[in-house]
Amino acid sequence: MSSQHATTAPLPAETPGFFDRAILAPAIVSAFKKLDPRQLMRNPVIFVTEIVAALVTLLFLRDLLFGGDAGFSGQIAAWLWFTVLFATFAEAVAEGRGKAQADSLKRARSDLSARLVSGDAGGTRTIPATALAVGDIVIVEAGELIPGDGEVIEGIASVNESAVTGESAPVIRESGGDRSAVTGGTQVLSDHLKIRITVAPGSSFVDRMIALIEGAKRQKTPNEIALSILLSGLTLIFLIAVTTLWGLAGYSGTVLSVTVLAALLVTLIPTTIGGLLSAIGIAGMNRLVRFNVIATSGRAVEAAGDVDTLLLDKTGTITFGNRMAADFLPVPGVTEAELAEAALLASLADETPEGRSIVALATGEYGVSNPSFAPDATIPFAAETRLSGVDAGGRRVRKGAVDAVLRFADIAKDAAPAEFRAAVDRVARTGGTPLAVADGQRLLGVIHLKDVVKPGIKERFARMRAMGIRTVMVTGDNPVTAAAIASEAGVDDFLAQATPEDKLAYIRREQRGGRLIAMCGDGTNDAPALAQADVGVAMQTGTQAAREAANMVDLDSSPTKLIEIVEIGKQLLMTRGSLTTFSIANDVAKYFAIIPALFVTTYPALGALNVMGLASPQSAILSAVIFNALIIVALIPLALKGVAYRPVGAAALLRRNLFVYGLGGLALPFVGIKLVDLAVTALHLV
Amino acid sequence: MTLIGWLQIAVLFLAVLVAVKPLGLYMARVFSGERNFMSRVLAPVETGFYRLAGVDAGKEQGWLSYTFAMLAFSVAGFVALYAILRLQAFLPLNPQGFANVPPDLAFNTAVSFLTNTNWQNYGGESTMSHFSQMAGLTVQNFVSAATSIAIAMALTRAFARSKAATLGNFWVDLTRATLYVLLPLSVFVALIFVATGLPQTLDASMTATTLEGGRQVIALGPVASQEAIKQIGTNGGGFFNVNAAHPFENPTALSNLVNIFAMLSVSSALVYTFGQMVGDRRQGWALLVAIAILLIAGVGAVYWAETQGNPILASLGLHAGGGNMEGKEVRFGQAASALYAAVTTGLSNGGVNAMHGSLTGLGGLVPMFLIQLGEVLPGGVGSGLYALVVFAVLSVFVAGLMVGRTPELLGKKIDGREMKYAMLAVLILPAAILGFTAVSAMLPVAVASIGTPGPHGLSEILYAYTSAAGNNGSAFGGLSGNTPWYNTTLGIAMLLGRFAYAIPVLAMAGSIAAKVKTPASGGTFPTHTPLFVGLLIGIILILGGLQFFPALALGPIVEHFAMLAGQTF
Repeated sequence: MSSQHATTAPLPAETPGFFDRAILAPAIVSAFKKLDPRQLMRNPVIFVTEIVAALVTLLFLRDLLFGGDAGFSGQIAAWLWFTVLFATFAEAVAEGRGKAQADSLKRARSDLSARLVSGDAGGTRTIPATALAVGDIVIVEAGELIPGDGEVIEGIASVNESAVTGESAPVIRESGGDRSAVTGGTQVLSDHLKIRITVAPGSSFVDRMIALIEGAKRQKTPNEIALSILLSGLTLIFLIAVTTLWGLAGYSGTVLSVTVLAALLVTLIPTTIGGLLSAIGIAGMNRLVRFNVIATSGRAVEAAGDVDTLLLDKTGTITFGNRMAADFLPVPGVTEAELAEAALLASLADETPEGRSIVALATGEYGVSNPSFAPDATIPFAAETRLSGVDAGGRRVRKGAVDAVLRFADIAKDAAPAEFRAAVDRVARTGGTPLAVADGQRLLGVIHLKDVVKPGIKERFARMRAMGIRTVMVTGDNPVTAAAIASEAGVDDFLAQATPEDKLAYIRREQRGGRLIAMCGDGTNDAPALAQADVGVAMQTGTQAAREAANMVDLDSSPTKLIEIVEIGKQLLMTRGSLTTFSIANDVAKYFAIIPALFVTTYPALGALNVMGLASPQSAILSAVIFNALIIVALIPLALKGVAYRPVGAAALLRRNLFVYGLGGLALPFVGIKLVDLAVTALHLV
Repeated sequence: MTLIGWLQIAVLFLAVLVAVKPLGLYMARVFSGERNFMSRVLAPVETGFYRLAGVDAGKEQGWLSYTFAMLAFSVAGFVALYAILRLQAFLPLNPQGFANVPPDLAFNTAVSFLTNTNWQNYGGESTMSHFSQMAGLTVQNFVSAATSIAIAMALTRAFARSKAATLGNFWVDLTRATLYVLLPLSVFVALIFVATGLPQTLDASMTATTLEGGRQVIALGPVASQEAIKQIGTNGGGFFNVNAAHPFENPTALSNLVNIFAMLSVSSALVYTFGQMVGDRRQGWALLVAIAILLIAGVGAVYWAETQGNPILASLGLHAGGGNMEGKEVRFGQAASALYAAVTTGLSNGGVNAMHGSLTGLGGLVPMFLIQLGEVLPGGVGSGLYALVVFAVLSVFVAGLMVGRTPELLGKKIDGREMKYAMLAVLILPAAILGFTAVSAMLPVAVASIGTPGPHGLSEILYAYTSAAGNNGSAFGGLSGNTPWYNTTLGIAMLLGRFAYAIPVLAMAGSIAAKVKTPASGGTFPTHTPLFVGLLIGIILILGGLQFFPALALGPIVEHFAMLAGQTF
């Protein structure tokens, strides 16, 4: 049964190179397949280019058969076809790279079989995993692969999820609670599990993501639709400008051939962005995958760029999950070293993270060495006593909750030294937890336990602020504690004593104000909020409900991943905008190349517009067409890599991109067309 | 170019700059329904009108009913005006005894005044009775302008509101625009005009004995009043055939300045009103700066081209006057003529004080190009504002993506629907202008109307359709437009330029109004900075103007270069 061990490949951390041979060859084949007009119709600009290319090809054949300038029309036709091919090639390369990344995920999932529980008797029969239906119950023994996404309904087992997370440490999966979700393709290492399949094969996350990458099935996102409308509108405008030019030229005594009008049209319509648009979208998805995030819709990636507010859970995201000792505060008459030593002794038997952090603080920062004697008795921490400690050499050292220690030391609350009470107050007020330390009846001081904010998190929030994104911390703590941590972590706002309902209400309120919200979560009670948020990221380790409600799944289960997701979303939109601007700005130079070329025989004075000094009318037209085709190829790497995002604020970003892609788009084609013209002339192509 | 010339230009722009804020604030109050200093007098009149028409002023309309109200009003206006023109012989106040206006000319004229174009295929003093001028044309001068303002206010409210289903009430906006803005200003300006020497009388003409002892019949009429609304409402239809070049329409340098000021101030102030009403005055200023830069560049280009004159004449020793004075009034000279030419076309006014066809190649290119840019500098009252907002929407869409967010303008996200409507609107000008020009250029019956063959003839046709579709109304001159072909096709071009543009704009307004107004953040693309101004100018030039480059190359551009090369046509 478990003979076919699919090798559990970790996620592809390596990105294939832009023109990797393994991707290139199939991409070229695919580029030709994509010439199918039915498929190309989805891209109006390139579709128009294809029709024009076909038309000019017919003219070329006519020239060839009946005599005409077949050399010229043939070259124009060829370059028009190249323009279309370069566009389909760009999409094919993006798809190829995406597939290469997805394939290793897919590989782990293929060739699986499932042991289906049939009938009430509990008998099982083996079927292929692809035949599973939602609601089916399967049994998976140790060493077998889980056949599909589902929920554990019976049993507890350790599972190796490295196939999807890349994390080699096994995780525990058990029925009930937050750890019941399992993913297809992961391996049960010990015990056995009874699993109810919750996702039909073919609609699980990986399958859905693969569908998003494959061009034919790809749905256009809202912004892509809006951009397509702009590009179609521009195409229509230039179609009007070019067809009417035939009439205007006729009046002026010039008969324009369809070939040169076709050349003019294709160079003017935004083929650059039109050709690269889908590649940019696919590349955005690919970048997410590289960050080990799987999106279930392209819309979510786009929305990520628009996010105004990030909702982050405090625990695990902003702070380490547990409280840690930060300080020892001795009462008068006790030295810090004395208190630290006592705290260390009292915590030796405390295996809780708090206890370990006290030991770490005492031996680390305070330089106390571990005791060399063996204790007479150890009192481990217990929830009932809320104390831990050690009896050694007649000393009875205890540490624990303040009232518990006071009771142990037999000191009335009011009888404790004023300094002690002040320290307890101070710690509590700043959101920390005070622990008391006593040696017998002698009160030594206070240990300051606090939520430790993860290093570097403050800088990340500052970066978010620079991007114009508000960060909101969600916590179950009381407002005092929450405020203290919020100010330490540098978040813009916090939601204290938050219930899942509060979270949902907060999201709705923000959305009513026109803001887009991103959040991440893992528990079942997070599901409504995840579904409501514009970008909901579920942790791979989370429950099935959370993963279903979210529109992205983070395979690394790292809550700070939201920040990268937002950046990827922004990068996607920026790349589109930059290439659109570039494409439109290009038109100026093309007019200056082609218009004088068309009319210089009728009106020699128009030669003054030939500012590039192109060799001849034919070479000018051919050069513009060649430049227009080559620029698509030249920009494929940029489309796939994306325009770099810098968190410097919108105004500065715009200034930079407008300079590079706007002014660059104006100037570059003047140089480019001139260079092509020199080459065309040198090679005697016309 | 002279210092005095530039001073005249500077004085005008400064005067407009001073007027923009008070006038803009006043209009913002009017269209928000707040009380203003005219309310005491006009509010009872206003409510009287509503009672008369059975309009519930408190009831707002969604974009669709707003649009239907606008269309219904326009259809009614067209029918009324057409009837007046066709029946003027039977109507009163026809001292000259003019005949009924023929059908194609009546269609063309009715459409022309309905669409705020005021293209005139007739000579006013020799075709129209006083009744036609006053009850027909002047009425449309008011209400066509008021209709434009109403549409602009609907779009303004779309940006000002959040999740709104309505855009205001068309009848209320129409009434307020006429009553509070156009009428008082017209009365004021008409009085100034009378003071500068414009006639205001119901007499048809007077007969004078000339110095040689001959008799001359001089046409008169209620000129000052019509001239006032012609400018305030950016209509441009003159009382006389030669428009503001006529000494009774525009007798002095001062009246010339008042003319230009009157046409420029309301349109510019409306941009300020937009900023005020959407709650971001800086936005209003940014748009105004973009307008000013392009318009002043246009004025400068015409002025420069005209003072350069024609090198062919210069080489013949005929450069005595300094530059090109053909088709210009000596009392205005080159600076004031250049200023008028650029402003009247940057606006969708269309009045002229010099013959645009007599400008140099480059000088004639500029007015044509300014109209082709979409009549946004600052364009007709109202219509200029909404066209400018369409360009702003396109600008934020193209460049806004570059900051990594879904583009938004004034807190409203720009999606596929807005894009669809904006592109539909923007498509109209190239389709109507280039389409009709290309057909006319190939059609013998249309080519026969040309005054000068060659590139200049093409310019004549191109200018005519540009002017019609842009709802400008100025003429290049030379083209005999009063033919069935031109009367009909120019009429269609005007209708397209007006309604095929305004309807998508109102649809866009409906879609924008329904959206949530997103508060700005550090990640929002700022639309009030110099950078945005530059971007907007670039988009207007590239998306608005670039498609006309091939056509212009065959008309004024080739004329210009040919002139430099010593060739004429």
